Amino acid sequence: MREVAVVSFAQSKSVRRADDQNEVEMLMPVVSQAIANSGVPRKEIGFTISGSCDYLGGVPFAFVSGLDAVGAWPPITESHVEMDGAWALYEAWVRLQHGDIDSALVYSFGKSSLGDISQVLSQQLDPYYLAPLWPDSVSLGAIQTRSWLDSGHSEKELAQLVSRNRQFASTNEHSQITKLIDPETYLAKPYIIEPLRIDDCPPVSDGACALVLVAGDRAKACSTRLAWIKGIDHRSEPHSLGVRDLSISVSTKQAGKNCGALDIRADICELHAPFSAQQAILEEALGIDESVIVNPSGGALCANPVMAAGLIRIGEAASRIINGEANCAIAHATAGPCLQQNLVCVLEGGN
Amino acid sequence: MADVEQSEIDPNAPVTKISTPIELKYHFTAGRAASRFMRGLMKKKILGQRCPSCLKVYVPPRGSCASCGVPTEEEVELPPKGIVTTYCIVNVPFYGQKIKIPYVTGTILIDGADIGFMHLLQEVEAEEVRMGMRVEAVWQDDSEMVPGLESIKYFRPTGEEDAPFEEYKEYV
Ligand SMILES: [Zn+2]
Repeated sequence: MREVAVVSFAQSKSVRRADDQNEVEMLMPVVSQAIANSGVPRKEIGFTISGSCDYLGGVPFAFVSGLDAVGAWPPITESHVEMDGAWALYEAWVRLQHGDIDSALVYSFGKSSLGDISQVLSQQLDPYYLAPLWPDSVSLGAIQTRSWLDSGHSEKELAQLVSRNRQFASTNEHSQITKLIDPETYLAKPYIIEPLRIDDCPPVSDGACALVLVAGDRAKACSTRLAWIKGIDHRSEPHSLGVRDLSISVSTKQAGKNCGALDIRADICELHAPFSAQQAILEEALGIDESVIVNPSGGALCANPVMAAGLIRIGEAASRIINGEANCAIAHATAGPCLQQNLVCVLEGGN
Repeated sequence: MADVEQSEIDPNAPVTKISTPIELKYHFTAGRAASRFMRGLMKKKILGQRCPSCLKVYVPPRGSCASCGVPTEEEVELPPKGIVTTYCIVNVPFYGQKIKIPYVTGTILIDGADIGFMHLLQEVEAEEVRMGMRVEAVWQDDSEMVPGLESIKYFRPTGEEDAPFEEYKEYV
């Protein structure tokens, strides 16, 4: 395998509604910043790929306009996934394995505010049995949370988890929700959809992020401190929610095993869990114990630009390695309803 | 499916087709640059933006240069005049059509701009429209002005001499 490193990462601050900015205006500063910090001249980037979803803005081929942010002339080699940007990173990583190019720009963006995101997300369900019923994403989150609670957990665990994430988010300048909440205050709040309280759900977020991957010796020349991707894998579970045990995440465990995440001792871990119980489910799937700092960014629970929130997890983990805060990290991204598909990668610091 | 006679449906036959209507509502964001452009139209101004790198002028502005991938911040006011770089004579009636056919839609390259936009051509017979024809905007009445290209009712020929092909060949 060819060694590939994250050399730079940039993200916008997540906001409830980036009303005055369109996607390109939101994206351009982060793309420019990621490229500038990578040390790779824009025209030398070998591959460009994005992750986004046309359903978010209701515009077909919306990702094409996103290319305005990267400067695609003279023609560049470019690709897109209709998925979270973490899967765009996966494609870029595979592309870099070919060996003919050394660098890739990966970006993703999402304006969840343009439609009713919980309704929009129901359209990712199977088109015959579930999508026609329009089950919104918060209700599905509630079903999964109930399933997790019924498997032997308590709301007090969620109270602790939410409180801890908020504490981390309060020091993250890119986070959207930064208000602290103690477990008692959480427990005193009413349900919005039982057993979910408002603090168990992600905010509606607009945001964008970008990172640059560089392979082999070329990466070593970029910086003295890099976040090397030591392993990466993604696995998917059945589309139909009725055939899965929602209280566990089999695909996360498989992906974690395949990329080596189950065998290493990570300092930090960034888990893409839009709902609080999902974070607990993921921690269990990856065997994360109390020695690991989980979601030092505050996680998707505090800023959730759909389609970017997974790539942000990898970027957050890589940034903490690059700045020396951590040496080994696990980053995770999810896609589909109720943690249907999961990507896990292991990042390690070095040159 | 509704017009299938109840008696024709075999309850044991496999379902081969279902209909699941989808309706999603969106709140569109034009963006900073396009918003300035559209508000400008209400004041009968055509506002573009110049790329700091390749110096091309975008109308409507997009806030970025698609070629260079850099923000376009310098605003440029352009005259409500330009040339027809290409056009299409519409002969096909369709639902919701507001203008009597045949009519002409053209790509208008505003003087000083490096990209054209589509608009209606009127006060000219369809067969007289040609590439390189010089045209000017006819604005809506003040009470009809909206933040959008509809504030220009249409473009009409100025009667000036046609632009030579060399002048706009880059934009065809
Ligand atoms: Zn330019």
